[in-house]
Amino acid sequence: MIALRGIRLAALLLALGCLAGTLWAGLDDRGAALAFGVLVGVGEWGRWTGAEVREAAPLGAAGGLAYALLGGDAGVATHDGAFQVVTVVCAASLLGSVPHIACGRRPTLDHLARRVLTVGFAAVCFQPLYSRGVLEQWGGPAYALLLIALLVLTALCDVVLAAAQAHSRTGWRFGPLLRDELRGLLGIGSAVCATGAVMALAVAVVGLWALPVFCLPLLLTQLSLRRYAAVRATYRQTIASLARATEIAGYTPAGHARRVATLSQAVGRDLGLSGAELTVLEYAALMHDIGQLSLVDPVQAGATAVLPAEEQRRIALLGGAVVRQTGVDAAVAVVVERQADPYREQPVAARIVRVVNAYEEKSRDSGPGGPLTALEELRLATAGDYAPEVVESLARVLSRDCLTLRAAG
Amino acid sequence: MEAVPVRVRAYVAGVALSALTCLLPLPGTHTPWPAVALLAALYAGGEHVLRKRLGGTFYPVLLAGAFLLPPAAAALVPLPGALLSHVEQRPQAVRRVWRAAELALAVWGAGCAHWVLGGRDAVVGCEFPYALLPCAAAVLAFCTVLALLDGGILAVAVGAPPTPFGQRGRVPVQRAWRGLLARSLAPIGVHGLAGLMMAVLWRSPYGPVAALLVLLPMCVSWWVFAQYHREQAAHQATIRALVQAVDIKDGYTRGHSERVGQASVMIARELGMDDERVEVLRFAGILHDVGKLGVPTRLLRKDGPLTPEERRIIELHPEYGHEMVRGISFLGEARAAILHHHERIDGSGYPYGLAGGQIPESARVVAVADAFDAMTSTRSYSRARPVGAAVEELRRCAGRQFDAGVVDALVRALGKEGWHPAVTADVCQPGAPASGRPKGDRESVGRGAP
Repeated sequence: MIALRGIRLAALLLALGCLAGTLWAGLDDRGAALAFGVLVGVGEWGRWTGAEVREAAPLGAAGGLAYALLGGDAGVATHDGAFQVVTVVCAASLLGSVPHIACGRRPTLDHLARRVLTVGFAAVCFQPLYSRGVLEQWGGPAYALLLIALLVLTALCDVVLAAAQAHSRTGWRFGPLLRDELRGLLGIGSAVCATGAVMALAVAVVGLWALPVFCLPLLLTQLSLRRYAAVRATYRQTIASLARATEIAGYTPAGHARRVATLSQAVGRDLGLSGAELTVLEYAALMHDIGQLSLVDPVQAGATAVLPAEEQRRIALLGGAVVRQTGVDAAVAVVVERQADPYREQPVAARIVRVVNAYEEKSRDSGPGGPLTALEELRLATAGDYAPEVVESLARVLSRDCLTLRAAG
Repeated sequence: MEAVPVRVRAYVAGVALSALTCLLPLPGTHTPWPAVALLAALYAGGEHVLRKRLGGTFYPVLLAGAFLLPPAAAALVPLPGALLSHVEQRPQAVRRVWRAAELALAVWGAGCAHWVLGGRDAVVGCEFPYALLPCAAAVLAFCTVLALLDGGILAVAVGAPPTPFGQRGRVPVQRAWRGLLARSLAPIGVHGLAGLMMAVLWRSPYGPVAALLVLLPMCVSWWVFAQYHREQAAHQATIRALVQAVDIKDGYTRGHSERVGQASVMIARELGMDDERVEVLRFAGILHDVGKLGVPTRLLRKDGPLTPEERRIIELHPEYGHEMVRGISFLGEARAAILHHHERIDGSGYPYGLAGGQIPESARVVAVADAFDAMTSTRSYSRARPVGAAVEELRRCAGRQFDAGVVDALVRALGKEGWHPAVTADVCQPGAPASGRPKGDRESVGRGAP
């Protein structure tokens, strides 16, 4: 929480300082300030309130960056200054959040803090250099390249900030979070940066007309992203329902697949798996028992962990065959079919599924001391079946948030 | 391999010849060759590397060429990319020539429209908002030329092997042009704006470097769009796999569920439901028996009479199915159909014994479609009956077991369209009974991507 508060405090101080600076120096170039303010405000107003995504308001972010890097308006040099840029972006973002607050949604302070800090960084790097005329000796293409370099730096700062915020909010490890954020940068992040640079350059050439024209490709990206997120959500629902087929058929106890998936993800996060790997792990954990649908008669209480190894492997292979037909990522099928192999031959995700599944089966009906006994049994079997580092990670996860997991399961 | 009909060859040759005549004034005009080479290389590289992965087309580059260069020079830009492009379906040579000629003509048309309206001076002088007008005219010309040529080859290639548009089969001439223009106008309009910005930045002191930046957001947009399509395809494959599992477990002929989906769609259309509801009813039909996954295989496949106890277990399947799909929000009223598709109008059905109007409409539709396909397909215990006999039987039970209005709708739809069940994507499964049904590839390629 310290990092979270620190970032908020820094953003607040920067915004207040810039506001004071602007009040002292007065507002320059009102047309450009108004146009960019409207752009940022509208972008913020249209921000995405649904699923969790890397950049919820790409239009606002791109507009803010473009304003920070603005060096001219239709061929006339501008003197907006870093103070004014931060003040305008901050005020516009706040105004754009008003409708969200009015609708009863909680304002996302972290997101605003990050916006203010990144825009401030870009403006502080660029505007002083520009107003001293250092950049005028550079040719046109070199100037464009400089803007790109600055934006890459800014984006890296943004990534570090976002990862730090996520780290202190969730308590997950910083390294994998940073890696996921960096990967996200290649997608919508690069589109936002490129749009910011292009807007700044285009406004310098053709004036403020460039703004509406340039929003379109980014809007399109945003729309596609929304549809992508929507179809991902439905797909997740479908897989979760498929996973319930074994429960309804009476092969496995109710909620088993969901509990294994939740606990597997927590262990995967603890072991430092990335976002894509976690998705594969979740799907595989949800569908790990699906091979039992191919059995003519159910296994007693669905407890596969106590079956002979050969039988376990046969069911796992049947499950892999079912998963392969479902058109899910092939990696999921691999995890499902290798879940019963000795751990030295398994991929990490399969190790996790095997350990968590065994823990779930051993601990579920065994009363208050059950979880501890189950962990002890797993530890004793780490010679061949269960990977020791996964069992230890499971123990860490359980000791950290067993209460929340129980509630969620 | 089927031979390409002579009229198709003649049509492609004619289009190629007219593309060549567009290039004729080239020696007389002042052509900025470096720009042409750079744009052509950009287009060829983009098509080669990105198109396979992202599924987008590099129209912004072509349109930027039309805005920057004289029309004859702009028509050169797509040629290397189209002639070298990767073509999967045969005959490759004809397809490459066709694509190159078509794009050259379209770019030439866009360039001419832009030139006539003085767009070139507007781009050089950055005269906004006037520059938008020639840009819009150029986009309109581009789309019109493409739509005319595409429609032409669709009309000419009636009965020909797959045309370059991923569509098969017979296309009546009057339908060939319909929709082509309207569908492409919006995405190409966005491409046109990106092309305009590329052209403006290209002419500015910042040069081509800045112009290339415009392509990045477009590429990201294509990438996301491709991801979307992949995810959607995976989603549909999952649902199909689910119903195939049910069909196999049940010992029905494969494709029962999908045929029930098709019959439900026919009925829903006849009842005048809107497209969204029709689509939901397709899913209702496809998934109506999904609860049988929860019934032991031994019972479903049992030969001979069932004991009352066994019958009761099998009759649980609508509730099992509803329990499985109730978390899938996009299914909407299909969930009710899955729960109630064994209710009967006189109230003697299961699971709740609802009667008449208490039964949701979607469930009444699926019940009729289910019974119809059960009668007209071969089962392990009975031969298929002809459609006429099945309709007669449905009519006999209308009002007692089935909703008479729904049965009438099915009869009307059968009268109009006939009954041609086709199962999409018959995945070969080990151990499954071989089916003599031909593969019906009805997946259409998503054109008009941004």
